[in-house]
Amino acid sequence: MSEKKNLKAKTGNEAMAEAMRQINPDVVAAYPITPATEIVQIFSQFVADGVVNTEFVAVESEHSALSACIGASAAGARAMTGTSSQGLALMYEMMYIAAGLRLPIVIAEVNRALSAPINIHGDQSDTMGARDSGFLQIYCENSQEAYDSMIQAVRICEHPDVLLPATVSTDGFIISHCMEAIELLPDEKVKEFVGTYKPKNWLLDVDHPFTLGAIDLQDYYFEHKRQEIEAMRKATKVIKEIGKEFGQKFGRSYDMIETYKLEDAEAAIVVLGSTAGTAKVVIEEMRKQGKKVGMLKLRVFRPFPFDDIREALKDVKIVGVMDRHDGYNGYVAPVCSEVRSCLYELDKKPKIASYVYGLGGRDITLEMITEIYEELLSGKTDNNAKYIGVRE
Amino acid sequence: MADIKIEKKKGWKDLPACDYLEAGSAAAFETGDWRSERPVWIPENCIQCLFCWVYCPDSAVVVKDSLMAGFNYKHCKGCGICAVECPGKKGKKAIVMEAEKK
Repeated sequence: MSEKKNLKAKTGNEAMAEAMRQINPDVVAAYPITPATEIVQIFSQFVADGVVNTEFVAVESEHSALSACIGASAAGARAMTGTSSQGLALMYEMMYIAAGLRLPIVIAEVNRALSAPINIHGDQSDTMGARDSGFLQIYCENSQEAYDSMIQAVRICEHPDVLLPATVSTDGFIISHCMEAIELLPDEKVKEFVGTYKPKNWLLDVDHPFTLGAIDLQDYYFEHKRQEIEAMRKATKVIKEIGKEFGQKFGRSYDMIETYKLEDAEAAIVVLGSTAGTAKVVIEEMRKQGKKVGMLKLRVFRPFPFDDIREALKDVKIVGVMDRHDGYNGYVAPVCSEVRSCLYELDKKPKIASYVYGLGGRDITLEMITEIYEELLSGKTDNNAKYIGVRE
Repeated sequence: MADIKIEKKKGWKDLPACDYLEAGSAAAFETGDWRSERPVWIPENCIQCLFCWVYCPDSAVVVKDSLMAGFNYKHCKGCGICAVECPGKKGKKAIVMEAEKK
C-alpha cells in the first residue's frame, strides 16, 4: 500500500472491536465473559457514542446472544457477537441452528479453557468442542490477523456459495490482552471491502414471505445437511479468494494455511494461533544451527485445508502436530487426527507425532518448542500424544 | 383451496438453499389421510348455522355462496368437533361421525 501506514497500539480485543466498529453491523447481541468481555464492552461504547448505528442487544446469556443474532440474521440483518469458553459452550445448541439455517453470523471468539476445573486462561478446547457445528473456524496468530480476519470473515460468511457462520479466534490473554502495533485500515476502505449485506431471502421482506426452520424429518433433513456440507467444501475457495483480494487491496494476503521455512524442512510442526509466532523464533534460532525445521500454521480449521496440508507436508520426514486441546479419544489430539487422516492419502507418508500443550493457559516456551523439534529430528517419537509442560 | 400437489422430492442440488419453504404451502399438503373417523354431512338436517365452519380447527368445512357445502377430506383430521357443535334440526344432527372404512 502506497499510503502511510496507520499503526496503532491495540490489544487483540481492541483490534476485534475496532474491526466491528468499521464493519458497523446491524445487530450485535452479546453477554460478557472473560477474556472476550472487552470486545463487546468497547463496541457497546461505540454504540452509546453513536459512532455506529448498530442495534445492541444486552441479553441475559450467550444462548440468548446467539439466538438474538440468529433472529436478526434471518430477518435480514448483518449480525455479530463475541464470546469465549463457557459462553461459546452455552451457544453450542444455537451454533448448529445458525449453521443449519445458513445464517452468516460472525463471532469474535477468544479461546479459553473450558471448566472444570474452572480456568479463565487460553486454550482451544472451546472452539474445538464446536468443530462439528458447521461454523467456519479461523485461528489468529496475533492482533493484526484478528483484525484482518474479522473483516474478511464477514465477506466469506455472506458469500452466496458459503452462507455459513464463523468464529474468528484469538488465544485468551496471550493475544486478547497483549498490546501490539497493528495497522488499521481507513473506515471507508473497510466499509467498501465488506459492502452491504444483501441476503437473497430475509424474513422481513414481507413481499416475499417464506418459512424458515420448519421441521425436516427423514424426507429432507439429509438433503439440507448435504447442502451445508457442500457449502463448507466451497468455503475453501472463497476464503482463499477473499484472503487474496484483501492482500491485493491492503498488502496482507491470507490463505487457509501459512508455511514457514517448510520448503527444505526435515521436521515440521503444525500449529494454530499464537504459538505460531513463538515457533517462528525457534525456527530462526535452530536454522542458524543448521537444523532444517519448519512450520505449518493452520489458519483455518473449518473447512479443513486437506489439499494444502498434503501439498505442504508431502516432502517432510516427520511432523509434530501441536494441539492446545485434547479430544479425549485416548490416542492423539484432534488436529493431529485430522492431519494424519489427510496425509494417509500420500504414498510417501511423513511420520506423525501428537503434542498436547498449554492446557488452561500453561505457557509454551521457546525451550519447549525447541525440545519438540529436537525430538522430531531424532525420530524417537511416541505413537500416543505427548503432553508438553505438564508435571509428571 | 389450493390444488393438492403430489410432492416430488428434490435432490440436494435442486432444493432451495437453506431450510427455506414457500409460505402458505400447507394448503397444498395432504394431511387428512390418517383420520380414523370422518364427519358425514346430512343436508336435510342442516340449518346453515355454519357453527361447523366456525369451530373446524383445520378449515376443512367447505363453504360455497355463504352456505355449508360439505367437507374437504384432504385436510379434515376427523376430530369430531363439528359433529359435537352441530345443533341439527329437531333433535337430528346434520353432522355425524362414521368410522373410516378402507
